[in-house]
Amino acid sequence: MSMNNQGRPTAIDGIDSRRRTVAPGTVAPEELTTISGDRGLDHEEKLIFELDHGATGVDIPDVQVSGDRLGGMRRAGPIGLPGLSEPEVVRHYVRLSRMNYAIDSGLYPLGSCTMKHNPRLNEKMARLPGFGDLHPLAPQSTTQGGLALIAQLMNWLEKLTGMPAVAMSPKAGAHGELCGLLAIRAAIAARGEKRTRVLVPESAHGTNPATAAFAGFTVDSVPGKPDGRVDADALKAKLGPDVAAIMLTNPNTCGLFEGEIVDIAKAVHDAGAYFYCDGANFTAIAGRVRPGDLGVDAMHINLHKTFSTPHGGGGPGAGPVVLSERLAAFAPLPLLVADGQGLRLIEDMAGAPQGAKPFGRMCAFHGQMGMFVRALAYMLSHGRDGVRQASEDAVLSANYILASLKDVMSAPFGDDGPCMHEALFDDSFLEDTGVTTLDFAKAMIDEGYHPMTMYFPLVVHGAMLIEPTESESKESVDRFIHVLRELALEAKAGKTERFAGAPRLTPRRRLDETAAARKPVLRWKKPEPAAKEAKEAAE
Amino acid sequence: MRYLPLTPDDRRAMLAKIGAPDVDALYRDVPASANVGLSVFDLPDTQGEMEVERALSKLAAKNVAAGAVPFFCGAGAYKHHVPASVDHLIQRSEFLTSYTPYQPEIAQGTLQYLFEFQTQVALLTGMEVANASLYDGSTATAEAVMMAQRVTRRGKAILSGGLHPHYAETVETVAGLEGKMVRTPVTPGVAEDIIALIDEDTACVVVQSPDVFGLIRDLRPIAEAAHAKGALLVVVVTEAVSMGLLESPGAQGADIVAAEGQSIGNGLNFGGPYVGLFATREKLLRQMPGRLTGETVDVEGRRGFVLTLSTREQHIRREKATSNICTNSGLCTLAFTIHLSLLGEEGLTRLARLNHAKASALATRLSALPGVDLVTPAFFNEFTIRLPVAAAPLVDALAQQGVIAGVPASRLMPHEPQAANLLIVAATECVSDEDADALVRAIEGALA
Repeated sequence: MSMNNQGRPTAIDGIDSRRRTVAPGTVAPEELTTISGDRGLDHEEKLIFELDHGATGVDIPDVQVSGDRLGGMRRAGPIGLPGLSEPEVVRHYVRLSRMNYAIDSGLYPLGSCTMKHNPRLNEKMARLPGFGDLHPLAPQSTTQGGLALIAQLMNWLEKLTGMPAVAMSPKAGAHGELCGLLAIRAAIAARGEKRTRVLVPESAHGTNPATAAFAGFTVDSVPGKPDGRVDADALKAKLGPDVAAIMLTNPNTCGLFEGEIVDIAKAVHDAGAYFYCDGANFTAIAGRVRPGDLGVDAMHINLHKTFSTPHGGGGPGAGPVVLSERLAAFAPLPLLVADGQGLRLIEDMAGAPQGAKPFGRMCAFHGQMGMFVRALAYMLSHGRDGVRQASEDAVLSANYILASLKDVMSAPFGDDGPCMHEALFDDSFLEDTGVTTLDFAKAMIDEGYHPMTMYFPLVVHGAMLIEPTESESKESVDRFIHVLRELALEAKAGKTERFAGAPRLTPRRRLDETAAARKPVLRWKKPEPAAKEAKEAAE
Repeated sequence: MRYLPLTPDDRRAMLAKIGAPDVDALYRDVPASANVGLSVFDLPDTQGEMEVERALSKLAAKNVAAGAVPFFCGAGAYKHHVPASVDHLIQRSEFLTSYTPYQPEIAQGTLQYLFEFQTQVALLTGMEVANASLYDGSTATAEAVMMAQRVTRRGKAILSGGLHPHYAETVETVAGLEGKMVRTPVTPGVAEDIIALIDEDTACVVVQSPDVFGLIRDLRPIAEAAHAKGALLVVVVTEAVSMGLLESPGAQGADIVAAEGQSIGNGLNFGGPYVGLFATREKLLRQMPGRLTGETVDVEGRRGFVLTLSTREQHIRREKATSNICTNSGLCTLAFTIHLSLLGEEGLTRLARLNHAKASALATRLSALPGVDLVTPAFFNEFTIRLPVAAAPLVDALAQQGVIAGVPASRLMPHEPQAANLLIVAATECVSDEDADALVRAIEGALA
């Protein structure tokens, strides 16, 4: 598979992108200017505020409250919300939805984000009235099934990680990091010590240093080695009586397993510090490797990555944190215990069992229950064997991509052995082509793909981090490889037309982010009447 | 396994291309001591869809859903009717299975609804700008306090005794690490004198209205007093529908509004996921946590939307970021904005009036029972009554009779002796006349 003799990219079997012909005397599609501004199935859509015509999409009785009990705080003026009927609202959001790329419509190789299939069974289960319509403060005798579900999920997380305890309330990965560091902070305080420094490899997710700073620590960056792993010797040299913890991602953000991790953990423990593992990449090892066996003290698990709860356009996530024996006592409220009457939530310090020293509370109520239901449905569906197989397939597909592309794209660690669930490339293969990582990614959009993660991790120049996940068929991965090969070959051959100014076939083309930041417009405002009239007059 | 497309033949072919003898070779960097077999995991094996559905349905059936009985719990989570189209639309693949709009050219759907959401939240709260949401109301409140600490370069926060105790604990856990948190005494049904506590070291005053007992507070004098000392007023709202009928926090002088948006578009979900609303004044914009969507143009000059001002955020600023937050509450945000679009100005106003009418009528009936007093003179759709007996055992007993009477204040504040007999009762549009009759009869019977 390479350039054919006309120097044009080779088409994929069965799909000939050049077969279209335009009958003489007719307008080619790209030449057609439409009267409506819409283009076939691609509709433009105004802001909902611009569709306002004072209608309503609900039928609610008009109850007038005379002699209200609002303490004189009744709203004086209107809010300014737009009014539309139900069909208009439905059409608005359906049209908006069609401007989005999604896993359900195509491969979504966003490294570090684990965009795997989201089974609809999980959605159905989360909407059972017994879960979806359950109040967090309803009498506990009426919520035993909800508490049992949390207990089951805790059991799965503890068994899969080989850890004795888990804090369920953190609402996302970064919130879980905070929970882990606050447990570490509390454990250090309980020992009567003061430790202020947290070691973070330079390849870490931005949330790691941000969380450490948020939790009141200073951040000390640890360099990496040429093979993409953390420099264990440099890390050990930085250990000292003021070091509270290290935050290490494993598999790391270069998509590699930190082989010296057991040794590192031992050194960290010997120095009196704790080992926080960023569990963002647990999807590579679930069912094969238990973080507890690696010496981890705390690790968050992104249920929306490893256990397939939907990413939903950027949330909600869920970030339970598994804890080692050394940290378990410091888990935040609420705690879930079993006693003679069944399961019970301990929501207050006073009710905490003997030995428990909760460091506080991460949020109101007890975590992302809706996500718990989905994650457990996923786990029960897979079973331990399926979880293991899924991890292996994710790793297999990433290595297959690495092996298939490293001759045309540059893989900085490609010759050092296998990767985990994501394949990392840098931009040296684009050197002197005038094409950047960004251009390459945007050209992928025209080819029907969501780009990979770009410019992360920061330790690699022009990084492209590709995570296929276990959800893609071999045929799908082969097609993806083919497209990337052809793009790389074109760029190297100096055929850069398709890169400059890409994407072209999208609802919008490249957007001016600098202008957006320089003079932020963060909300719609009603046009001034004078300006509106002038505009109408001008038209 | 039905979710895994690779066949054994595919796997063999892929291994051959890689040049690995088996999949174990791909895990060769894992220390031998940690490379465990399947039998180590004491967990069940793969199950079909039907079996999983059966197992989870069995668990769900052990719970009493709010819609199945006369139901009066609130205290930070509210049972409202969510139109069918909301849940249908948020399950569109393009919304459900997309991620953070990092590639704006193929995420205009998400970006546009976030821009619309930000506008709706700004209007509803009476503020100038709002972000694209935080995790929930409680974490939004903690972020608001930390933002106030950054803006004022002061550490102290004064938390009203009427602030939901879970919220206060969440704030204390994070904002209390570096700053002093002062909680005012709990005074059910009465506005405490919080103004006297504001001094030159105060970063902010945090007041919830309606408060945890349902009491509506006049925020204007507090705003004035806070501003006079250079402190900010953080207003917390746990029942978003209330803003349809009450004067907005912004109009009363709030500097930051942190609210729980669950009431609009989102189910109870046993406590989460919910959606944190966060709004502030334009001049404080760059100290705001969380994602922001902004308007711009593409290379052809067409209006479009992008994530913006990300130089505040962790992926750029790392340890100097305004917050460690990485996700927002995307899908819950979408549910909120769709429901609010369906309601519109007229629908929200009617919904809010209906809620108040239901609660007002119920408060009148309950407080007419012998020995029962209404504690909260001004309220929206939630009020507190004082019973002649302890509230928690009464709620448990009524639950056995199939009436969920409300939240005993003692569940939220077990240390407050005065809370023992207090019952927090919420009545939304979902409360039918029969439901109200059932509650009044049940309490009357229990007290007889």
